[in-house]
Amino acid sequence: MMTQDQITIHEAHKLLKSKKLSSVELTKASLERIHQVEPKLQALVSITSKLAINQAKRADELIAASNTGLLTGIPVIIKDNICTEGVKTTCSSKILENFVPPYDATVMEKLNSLGAVVVGKSNMDEFAMGSSTENSAFFTTRNPWDSSRVPGGSSGGSAAAVAGGEAIYALGSDTGGSIRQPAGFCNVTGLKPTYGRVSRYGLVAFASSLDQIGPLTRDVRDSALVLNAIAGYDSRDSTSAPYPTPDYTQCLTSELEGLHLGVPKEYFVEGIQTEVEEAMKAAITKLEELGARVEWGVSLPSTPYALAVYYIIAPSEASANLARYDGVKYGFSYMDASSMWDAMEKTRQYGFGAEVKRRIMLGTYALSAGYYDAWYLKAQKVRTLIRQEFDQAFEKFDALVTPTSPTVPFKIGEKVDDPLQMYLSDVCTLPINIAGLPAISIPAGFADGLPIGMQIIGKPFSEETILKIAYAYEQATEWHKRKPEI
Amino acid sequence: MKLSHEEVLHIARLARLGLSEVEVNRLQEQLSNILENFELLQQVDTGNVPPTTQSITLQNIMKDDKVSNSLPKDQILANAPRKEGDFFRVRAVLGE
Repeated sequence: MMTQDQITIHEAHKLLKSKKLSSVELTKASLERIHQVEPKLQALVSITSKLAINQAKRADELIAASNTGLLTGIPVIIKDNICTEGVKTTCSSKILENFVPPYDATVMEKLNSLGAVVVGKSNMDEFAMGSSTENSAFFTTRNPWDSSRVPGGSSGGSAAAVAGGEAIYALGSDTGGSIRQPAGFCNVTGLKPTYGRVSRYGLVAFASSLDQIGPLTRDVRDSALVLNAIAGYDSRDSTSAPYPTPDYTQCLTSELEGLHLGVPKEYFVEGIQTEVEEAMKAAITKLEELGARVEWGVSLPSTPYALAVYYIIAPSEASANLARYDGVKYGFSYMDASSMWDAMEKTRQYGFGAEVKRRIMLGTYALSAGYYDAWYLKAQKVRTLIRQEFDQAFEKFDALVTPTSPTVPFKIGEKVDDPLQMYLSDVCTLPINIAGLPAISIPAGFADGLPIGMQIIGKPFSEETILKIAYAYEQATEWHKRKPEI
Repeated sequence: MKLSHEEVLHIARLARLGLSEVEVNRLQEQLSNILENFELLQQVDTGNVPPTTQSITLQNIMKDDKVSNSLPKDQILANAPRKEGDFFRVRAVLGE
């Protein structure tokens, strides 16, 4: 059988529809690839072989009845903070190590109704708190381009799995860059939709005003196809946007004439790697050649405050969301306790890892009596300024273009002892969550064999614009066709 | 912004988070360092700026008052660390 390790959804769909390939064959190839590369990548917390084969058989029946959507019969990997009914959902945390959700997240209901095939659940930083997967309670995922380096995070398992050929696409979640930064580090396409575009129902909550689910794919067309499948209003998420969703593939043309792009200078931060800066300049020049009008040196002056704003707001929301882990209803529970409070404190002491504890502490502090105004409320006010600057920029520009991360993937262990250094690797992505905007990271260059991502940011609910720009760039370049040797 | 040992213990108690002595010392240093770096926020003039709690403009989302299905009890209890009959089993709340 021909090798399917690096095909896209739309290519696989053609093979399935023309009956050149069955979903069972495609799924078996995916599972074989997983067994072959997983010892090296360690991208997955669970491999769901039996479920996958059953879903593939059902998909083949749908295909035989000519009842197919574009995702029917296509193998997918799901980040392990998205609830899958009857399949362990751990958040890469000891506290949820044996948690089996009794229900599906809305995105899973949608994928299942289209006949998707789930081959595994991917590793992540515990509760999506991190930029490298090193905060997983289980193991660190390796970058497929260099196994001594991190794949990025927190959706590092999803990104490494797609880059490494384990499945054709993956779902991740993005609270401060957790889809885009690993996509950039692994040379795949990662889309964070507008806050409210995709239902958060069944996504284990980290920071509820920032979290969004999105796709990690091998090209921009696939990103649009997956967004088509998962976007839309959901009454079970009260922050879900009640707006109609377009067909996101309709905007995929190579024509950028008439589009006005801004390049914010604050994103070319101090400490940016020279090769990343050069790759960005070349990529943006390419966008100009494709017809876009580009203004360099645009200023969003509050950007330097975004890191502090984010690391006060996200931990504050997390400290409230994670209060539910008390060892009573589900999850790890400390049994030898002397009292109720002792049980609760020890359950959390032994159930949570170092970064999760750090953020619970930071958030609890920022919300506590006497400090609320100075920290939490102050951060929310600066959040308003950051949003307003984006609003003003989008009066003039159709989209903004920046690097996804200031560096190429860093070494495993390089930043684990210095939380602030680790936080800085998300400096280009987290302002976007603060403002609730859509953004996509696409392959845009290499430095010494390591991938560089470009981030395209749009105004709220303008996913079509950023997909169009990303598509035009992708069609004019070859970066996304480079694949790692594993 | 330097946090004291006692402040770290106080926050941990608010969060109902048990910590070893080593963790308390490490968090005292790390949180102090992080907060010191975040003090730059105090320079920003936010005099007339309202806070942003969320990024979309939706407000007061209501649901129709209709009865709908909930999950079966046995499925909810399947993940419980301790249970008794149809109930979660908890430790004594009063009497300490």
